Amino acid sequence: MLRYSAKQLLNMALTLFAVSFLVFALNELSPGDVTRKILGPYASQSQVDHLTREMGLDRPALVRYFEYMGKALTGNFGNSIYYRQPVSELMWDRLGNTLLLAAISFAVIVPISVLLGVLAGMRERGWFDRAVSIFSSICASIPEFAMGVFLLAIFVVWLGVLPGTSPLRGDAGWAIWMQFVLPVLVVTFYDAGYLIAMVRSSMVEVMRQPYIRTALLKGNSFRNVVAKHALRNALITPFTVILLQLNYLVSGLVVVETLFAYPGFGRLMLEAALAKDIAVLEAGTLVAVSVTMLTQLFGDLGYMALDPRIRV
Amino acid sequence: MAEILAFEHASIAYDGRAGRQIILNDVDFSIGEGEALGLVGESSCGKSTVALAAMRYLPRGMSVIDGRIRVEGRDIAGLTDRELSRIRGNRIAMVYQDPMSSLNPVMPIGKQLMEVPLLHGETDENAAFRRAVAMLEEVRLPAAAAMMERYPHQLSGGQQQRVVIAMALMAKPALLIMDEPTTGLDVTIEAAILELVRELRAKFGTAILFISHNLGTVARICDRIGVLYAGRMVETGRIGAVFRSPSHPYTRGLLGALPRLSGGGRRGRLRPIEGTIAAADRARPGCAFAPRCSFAARHECEERPILMVELGDGHLARCARLDAVRASAEDDRAAAASAATDGAPIVLRVRKLSKEYKLTGLFGGEKKGVVRAVTDVDLDARAGETLAIVGESGCGKSTLARIVSGLLAGTSGEVKLGETDLAKLEVDDRPPEIRRQIQMVFQNPDSTLNPSHSIAYALSRPLRMLRNLASGDAKTEVSKLLAQVRLPVEVAERMPHQLSGGQRQRVAIARALAGKPKLVVADEPVSALDVSVQAAILNLLGELLEQSRLGLVLISHDLALVRHMADWVAVMYLGRVVEYGPVAQVFSPPFHPYTEALLRAAPTPDPDAAPPTAALEGMMPSPTEIIVGCAFASRCPSRIAEQCDTTPPPVRQFGEHRIACHLELGRQAPAERGGRTEIRSSIS
Ligand code: SF4
Ligand code: SF4
Repeated sequence: MLRYSAKQLLNMALTLFAVSFLVFALNELSPGDVTRKILGPYASQSQVDHLTREMGLDRPALVRYFEYMGKALTGNFGNSIYYRQPVSELMWDRLGNTLLLAAISFAVIVPISVLLGVLAGMRERGWFDRAVSIFSSICASIPEFAMGVFLLAIFVVWLGVLPGTSPLRGDAGWAIWMQFVLPVLVVTFYDAGYLIAMVRSSMVEVMRQPYIRTALLKGNSFRNVVAKHALRNALITPFTVILLQLNYLVSGLVVVETLFAYPGFGRLMLEAALAKDIAVLEAGTLVAVSVTMLTQLFGDLGYMALDPRIRV
Repeated sequence: MAEILAFEHASIAYDGRAGRQIILNDVDFSIGEGEALGLVGESSCGKSTVALAAMRYLPRGMSVIDGRIRVEGRDIAGLTDRELSRIRGNRIAMVYQDPMSSLNPVMPIGKQLMEVPLLHGETDENAAFRRAVAMLEEVRLPAAAAMMERYPHQLSGGQQQRVVIAMALMAKPALLIMDEPTTGLDVTIEAAILELVRELRAKFGTAILFISHNLGTVARICDRIGVLYAGRMVETGRIGAVFRSPSHPYTRGLLGALPRLSGGGRRGRLRPIEGTIAAADRARPGCAFAPRCSFAARHECEERPILMVELGDGHLARCARLDAVRASAEDDRAAAASAATDGAPIVLRVRKLSKEYKLTGLFGGEKKGVVRAVTDVDLDARAGETLAIVGESGCGKSTLARIVSGLLAGTSGEVKLGETDLAKLEVDDRPPEIRRQIQMVFQNPDSTLNPSHSIAYALSRPLRMLRNLASGDAKTEVSKLLAQVRLPVEVAERMPHQLSGGQRQRVAIARALAGKPKLVVADEPVSALDVSVQAAILNLLGELLEQSRLGLVLISHDLALVRHMADWVAVMYLGRVVEYGPVAQVFSPPFHPYTEALLRAAPTPDPDAAPPTAALEGMMPSPTEIIVGCAFASRCPSRIAEQCDTTPPPVRQFGEHRIACHLELGRQAPAERGGRTEIRSSIS
């Protein structure tokens, strides 16, 4: 297990290295002159050249790459040309916000999905199963923005009990925690719909296995069978999928963040992309890739712990 | 004798979209303390429903519509869930068909075992642990304490079944229900498990309800037998009585359809029971067996319900024409033995054939050893005759078949069809003419039939590819082929899934015949089919063989079948042929110790036969091991210390019969065969 983790971590480092190089190279090739963008269309060519020299952009790409990586390793990702702020400050701040939203959503989504999925799947085609299945497929099929607009209409426009935007500032007239309610709700509805269906179908599959019959015919009560024999088996398959949700929650919340003006990582990346803010994009990509690979590693380790048939 | 389980005229029905379907009809039997009842019948006769009903664990939609099921005197229909859990696993325990899937894959064995006493009154974990270990020792699993920590996937199939049996016995139940407990296990393992069941039964006095499609297995375990047909009990009685004088035509059919080790060889034809159980048969007012019964008479059999008739001493049969059945002369099974077969020309000559795989690490690179799947095999297959290759799984018989048919290339040696050496030619490298001449029939016909093409297409393809027939000619040829394998012409238009398993296997055989081959290699061609269908397919193969003078290589683990079908037998162990010769000689002494063990382990449907003695201990060594002496030495009961481990056994030749063994076998053999013993110095 230890050796496996070490190997995976090493793999991760190598992958990150390769990704960073690729991203750097792509940006290098992308059209548009950085200095021109900073100075605006009315600056004279000599001003542009001066700044280019000052920023060291006239040196060979490879030199600049290693310089960039050297700084990046110490946590310095350069400056954002759009926000005019060090990238690291900006990034940690936004990433922190997103992680907070992700953590709250995750803490809501996972217990709900597992609970509903297991309860529905343990009695296939029972009334509860049917109800949950309908609910989950409706949730999963409504796009985030539609759900967002719908909830906004009810709670903000009609009832007026919740804020319509979540800038996470205290001066907007709403308590910070209330600003979280709607974004979390939207994410939960959308994502839990999918997860519930996953857990349910895995549970249904497990409940049909002969070893469940064995457990029942040993004299176990139904509750016992579900808790002791079915649960762990039923969670093996959805486990990795559940962890993959972390990816989505960290880098896939663009829609929700934009809708609620939430100062998160996804929105940061979107704005940076629109503004061709290369320093931010580079750092953001690295962060997103690391998150993906870390969840993958945890997924594998957890999978091994759950299923004794897979050991390294 | 106190009654443990009783079905009192119980009927069970399934209510589905298509209305009500009767699954069990008026089933009536009881099992007393310590008694063993065997329940036999073809698949879908309802025997598994009996097991589930006894536990009140019927699938959704099924219910008892008439009669009662009692456990220790109480009607189980009226029990609360809690009372029911006190019976399940405690008074009645169950052993299932597929041990791997009946054990929880993510829970250690020990925990699964300890669960039983902890559910039924034991409160002390340590005591439960000790009981579990003791029970594992009781089912003779090695290193019981260490076994407790292991997971199901870390055990072999035989060991898993021992664990399931141990689990069932944990609470010392009054009744053990075993549903096909040895189906899917190797013969020697099957024998060992049955032996264990007999022993445990003697020791604990547990009553047994033994469900099986194999009469031989039932005869070895049970005192009484019940024969189920389409949900009805058609005959029941003491084993001896039923086997000696089977009275219901169906029972007779089953006994006749069963190849016996002592049978008269291939020319004494098996009597198949034509047809299968149809769903509609269960609903017949009269006898459910009538459509397949050769004694059926409309007036007597089909118009009113047939009642059980007492034949004395608890022997009952449900048939309206018992006298007519009794009067019919015993079928003359002992047809004249065939003429001498030595003269038949050799179609396939295998010499010194070996196959090795080099094992490499997962990422290539360092070598991890060599698997010797087949080592120095010598065999001949003759025109119009069957060469059977027998042995446990992993003995190399399938590898051999695959080399002959070109699915694998051999490493060294010869495989000659006529003058062409095929040993190293895979299918694609073989000239089309050779490809046509060797055809295969697999265990599972579905592997060669494309589910989305009609039977006509499946059959005409080889005709066009191998014999270059125009499509018009191919069409007439398809009808001929279908007639040859006794299928109606309409089958041509059907899709594979519209046919039964037996019919699909007939199509697979027709397909193999399409190219007019010289040699057909059949790998376990009937082991996936019902007994009654098996007989029909085997007869068909036998007839085709005689008609078209092709050679058949039959791969099988079923000795009774081999005895019945084969002219020549090769017994393989760990990639080597340890005994080879004409069937009658291989099945009579002198034996190679391995052949002897196989024969002892095979179930016989004869209750009077001596019970099979303890089967082989241990497992076949891994094919990566380097064997200096005799391959069988690690399990051989007659091993000669030193010699057998260090020196390859000599091949002893008795006419055409060869045995590779150090024992002085010739001396124990009957005089007429022992005389010409010669010893060759080569390695087997
Ligand atoms: S009752 Fe008639 S049809 Fe049924 S088994 Fe007897 S003879 Fe055959
Ligand atoms: S050679 Fe020895 S070990 Fe091998 S079968 Fe003969 S007696 Fe047994």
